[in-house]
Amino acid sequence: MTPAVKVNQVCKRFVNWHKKAVNGNPLHRVFSFLRWEKKDFYAVNRVSFEIKEGEIFGILGANGSGKSTLIRLISTLLIPDGGSIEIFGRNSICEELAIRRMINRVSVEASFFKKLSAWENLSYAARLYGYSPSEVRTKLMEIFEFLELSEEKLAEPIENYSRGMQQKVAIARALFTTPSLLLLDEPTTGLDPKSKRQVQALVRRMNQEKGITGILTTHDMEEAELLCNRLVIMKDGVIIAEGTPEQLKKEAAAGNGHSSSSISLEEVFLQLAEEGCAA
Amino acid sequence: MSESHRTNSLKYELKALVAFLERAVNLFKRYIGWEVVALTYANINVITIGLIGVAAGDPQRALYLTIGAILWGYLSITFQDMAETISWERWEGTIEYTLMAPISRVTHLAGSCFSTVMYGLVRTGIILLVVSQFLNINLSKANFLSAAVILAISSLPFLGLGLVAAVLPLLSPEKGTQATHIFQALLMLVSGVYYEVTVLPAWVQSFSVLSPATYTLKAMRLSLLEGAGLYELRGYITILLVLGLIFLPLGYMGFRLGENYARRTGKLSRSG
Repeated sequence: MTPAVKVNQVCKRFVNWHKKAVNGNPLHRVFSFLRWEKKDFYAVNRVSFEIKEGEIFGILGANGSGKSTLIRLISTLLIPDGGSIEIFGRNSICEELAIRRMINRVSVEASFFKKLSAWENLSYAARLYGYSPSEVRTKLMEIFEFLELSEEKLAEPIENYSRGMQQKVAIARALFTTPSLLLLDEPTTGLDPKSKRQVQALVRRMNQEKGITGILTTHDMEEAELLCNRLVIMKDGVIIAEGTPEQLKKEAAAGNGHSSSSISLEEVFLQLAEEGCAA
Repeated sequence: MSESHRTNSLKYELKALVAFLERAVNLFKRYIGWEVVALTYANINVITIGLIGVAAGDPQRALYLTIGAILWGYLSITFQDMAETISWERWEGTIEYTLMAPISRVTHLAGSCFSTVMYGLVRTGIILLVVSQFLNINLSKANFLSAAVILAISSLPFLGLGLVAAVLPLLSPEKGTQATHIFQALLMLVSGVYYEVTVLPAWVQSFSVLSPATYTLKAMRLSLLEGAGLYELRGYITILLVLGLIFLPLGYMGFRLGENYARRTGKLSRSG
């Protein structure tokens, strides 16, 4: 069976230009504006994994570990420097349009035209995905009801919304297209506990009822444990652990001589991060 | 590709095309305050330029300058709107969302071009109405059909140039937008907006030949000042069509190259 997502030895390297440090040489000081040096780093380095259809797959890692770069690579917004990505058997470089029809994404920033209302933003999104706004109205209303977003509020410019409300609209925008693959890049960051639970419940429901495959990046270990069937932990662009939350806890507990029930995923994460540092 | 799949794809792309037009209308409504300010400024700008001719006691000169100012207003709005397609969406934070939408880049850019032209035409129509009332312009000899055709055809190369310029913010998020302004200023210099290009130094005149605005301005002045018909303007129309056929595909290819460069280097997102 074709996996929903197949990431094979993927690399992404970025180049940064830095001003060279000024030394004692007076000529260097005068022409310091011309003295630049190139520094490159691998944001994602030889990453491989497969995700089965209907799975929710977690990508955990500290800030700058390469999670969002990986999401951008899968969503065709970045081109890998090495390796390959296949979404439902389609190659991310040669068949980007076919992939874009199957995916949608919620990023940590809500990404809306701030002066437009939620309806106006959603109408734009609906048309971009080949629907007329009236076709998706029922579906959107269902999602709004679930997320407790009032219809009257939707006519107001989105800049008047709280961060949590904007994120709820972003989630509705990603879900109304019923994507085969949903990319969730820290979708609950900045949400209050109640909203967070609503979003998590909605993702789980869509996964169970519609069979949507999901990739979730998060700093919330509880959320990862609640939603993800399997997960990887990344550090400096490299996968340092992979398995189900239970497996990861068992492995970590075995190393410490504890039982898996006495260790949390957060402790596993911190332990692995420290091991990575020590290595 | 099967016939039904092709029809479905076309329907899909047409719906997406409407998205850009609807978005432009909604944004116009939401930014109406800014639009009023910009339109007031544009009207006063054209009027003051026209008054230079009035002060010289030369009504033809006044009309010459007014046509230059109105037309440059239209062409620069067309160019600027397209050139800022990327930088503006980057500022809003929607650039990644729009670029990962499941539509062809042709549809995306055609939608943006169409809304830009519509906006430019409405804006120019309002300015023409206000200015002609204020300056009491005599357009009895004008051939409006020729003028409309010239305006429509001249949009093509300008949209193409706009697409070329739109690439710049993809190449350099910080400096790209400023570079488009320099490009626009150079176009104004070489195209003879307020003077005949013959007054320019010879080496600058060679650049005038490449600017579509040079031909647009000449043809527009001939149609409005001397009532030239389409047949008399066929030379200019041909040049503008040829420039459109060169600049539009060039702009599209440039945009695609720029987009791929940004996707390779990670310059699409605001953080760069």
